[in-house]
Amino acid sequence: MLLLNKDQITSWLNKLIPAYQVFAPVKEGDYFCFQQIRSGEQAVLNYTNSRIPPKEILFPRSEKLFCYRCETGGVQLTEQVDESKKVVVGVRPCDAKSFLLLDKVFNGDQYVDPYYLTRRNNTVLVGLGCNQPAATCFCTSLSGGPFSAEGLDLLFVDIGDQYLVEVVTERGKELLSGMELPVAGQEAQEAARAVKESAVCSTLVDLGGLKYRLDVNFDDPIWALLAEKCLGCAACTYTCPTCHCFDIVDEAAGKEGCRIRNWDACMFPLFTLHGSGHNPRPTGKERFRQRIMHKFKYFVDNYGTIACVGCGRCILSCPVNLDIRQVIEQISQAGGDQQ
Amino acid sequence: MKNPYVPAPVKLVRHVVETDDNLIHSFTFQFLKEEDEKAFVYRPGQFAEVCVFGKGESPFGMASSPTEPGILKFSVARVGVVTSALHEMPEGSILGVRGPLGNSYPLEEFKGKNLVIIGGGFAFTTLRSLTTYILHPDNRGDFGELTVIYGARNPGLLLYKDELAGWEKRSDINLICTIDAPADGWQKKVGFVPAVTKEVAPSSADAYAVVCGPPVMIRFTIPVLEELGFPPERIILSLENRMKCGIGMCGRCNVGNKFVCKDGPVFSKAQLNKLPPEY
Repeated sequence: MLLLNKDQITSWLNKLIPAYQVFAPVKEGDYFCFQQIRSGEQAVLNYTNSRIPPKEILFPRSEKLFCYRCETGGVQLTEQVDESKKVVVGVRPCDAKSFLLLDKVFNGDQYVDPYYLTRRNNTVLVGLGCNQPAATCFCTSLSGGPFSAEGLDLLFVDIGDQYLVEVVTERGKELLSGMELPVAGQEAQEAARAVKESAVCSTLVDLGGLKYRLDVNFDDPIWALLAEKCLGCAACTYTCPTCHCFDIVDEAAGKEGCRIRNWDACMFPLFTLHGSGHNPRPTGKERFRQRIMHKFKYFVDNYGTIACVGCGRCILSCPVNLDIRQVIEQISQAGGDQQ
Repeated sequence: MKNPYVPAPVKLVRHVVETDDNLIHSFTFQFLKEEDEKAFVYRPGQFAEVCVFGKGESPFGMASSPTEPGILKFSVARVGVVTSALHEMPEGSILGVRGPLGNSYPLEEFKGKNLVIIGGGFAFTTLRSLTTYILHPDNRGDFGELTVIYGARNPGLLLYKDELAGWEKRSDINLICTIDAPADGWQKKVGFVPAVTKEVAPSSADAYAVVCGPPVMIRFTIPVLEELGFPPERIILSLENRMKCGIGMCGRCNVGNKFVCKDGPVFSKAQLNKLPPEY
C-alpha cells in the first residue's frame, strides 16, 4: 500500500494524459459525468457518483461498428475497433464490478464482442472508495462494498490530505511508475481502516429468497401490480451500469454508410415487436418483469451471479420513485407461504 | 479476434417471386470471397443476418441445404424496411450475410430415426433445408422413413412448387400437401395442417416430429402429435423472436434464460415446457 498526496493528483494525471485517453469525473451542471480530460485539473474526485455509469467508456451509447462504401460489383468494409489505451480514474467499486458482469456478456464462450473487449483490454481502472455511501447505495447487499477492489487495478482510499493506494494488479502498478510513492505507514493504514469502518450502506436488501420466488412466479399477479406505476421511460436501464441491451441500425447516404449500435432498452415496446405485429412482451407488465427477471434470475441461471451492483442509479433516476430495493422486497414477500 | 458483426459480401444471383401473392421472394446468393464461403459452414435449421447496405439487416433461416454448395438461399416475406428493400434488389446486387448463427436441427439425434416434418405457410424454409439435406444421396441412408406434411392457405402460397413436384415422384419421401379450402385444379388434400396430421397419423415409433409454422398451426398440431405418442423430447420446434446481434448480446430475443439466437432457434417441446411462453 502506497501513499499519494491529493495535491499530486493533477500532476499525475497530466503525466498520464500523453500516453492514455484519461477519463475522470467532471462536473456538468448539477451532475457529474465521466469525460475524457485534457488536463488533470478537470478531474473532480470528491463526488458521490456519476449520473451515467462509466460503462459508456467501454460500451458507448452510440458507436460505429463498421463503415461501408458500395462499389460496382463489391463493397468496401472498414471496421471501427477503438484500440486506444485508456485510464479511467475515480471509478466507484460498484461500477468496477459492473465491468466484470459485462465481461460475461461480451466475452462469451461462443462469441466475443471485439468493440467492448478491445477497449476493456486496453483500459486501466483506478477506483475510488466511498467514504460516504449515498442513501440509495446498497452494494453491500450484492457482495460488493464501498471499498471493494474487485475488478479494479488500483483503489484509492481517501484519508484526508492523502489517498492510500491499494495496488491490485500489475497494470495498476505500472500506472504509478516514476511516481516513487512512499509506502503507507501504520498511521495511514489506521486512518484508512477508520474510514472504511465508518462507511456504511444504510440499506440492506434481503436477496435470500428472491431467486426462489423468481424461479416460480412468472405468472404471479405481483408483476401487474408492480408495473402499474412504471411509465416505461427506461431511465433505469439508461443509467444502469450492467444493462447491455442494444440496437443495430444503418445510417447511410447514397452509397456510403455505417452500421451503428445504440443503447436500447427492454422497457420499450418496439424492443421485441416482430415484423408481423406480434409482440411477445406487449405490455408494461411483461417488460417490467423482463427487467427484473433478467437481472435477478436469467443472469444468475446463465452466469451464476446477479446483474445488479447496488449503485442505486435507477432509484435516483426514476420519475415515479420506483425503488428497486422495495420491488425486490415486494416480490420476495408476495406468496411467501408458497416457498 | 473474429468480428461477428461484419458481414461477408455476397452477390444476389437469383431473385424469384415465390408465391402468387408476391409477398414471398426467394433470394439465392453467392459469396464474393472464397474464404467467406469456406468459413460459412452451416447445418439445416441455422440462420443468418442478411443485410441490405444502407437499410440494415434481418435474420432469416437458411432455405438452402449444406448439400447445395456454393450458394445460400433465403425465402423472405415483405414486412418491414429491410425486407421491402430486399424485395426491390435486382439480380447482380451486392448484399451482406453474416453467420451461420444459432443451433440447428439435431441431426445426430435424428440419425436412424423416422422423421415427420410438418410445415405451414412460409415457415417451410428451414424445413426445405432439412428435407433437401436428408434426401441427398450421401445422407438418405442415415435416416429412416421421411414424411413431410406441408400446408398453405391456397396452392399459390406453397413455396418451392417445382421441388415439391419432384419430391412427389420419389419413393423415399412421403409428401402430403394440403390447402385450407378447396381450389380449382387442386387434387390433393384440403384441410388445416393439424387435421391433416391427424388423418395421416404418422407413427411415433422411433420417430421425431419437426414442426415449423404460424403460432396457431403449432398450437393445434402439438396436441395431435402428443396423441400420436410423440413425447415432448421428440417434438422439435424452431422459434422466432425479434433479433439484432444474433449472438446473445443485444438482449431482446430471450425466452426466459435462453436466447433464441444463440441457444436456439431450434428447441424441443420438452425444453420449451421449462421456459415461459414469451415468444
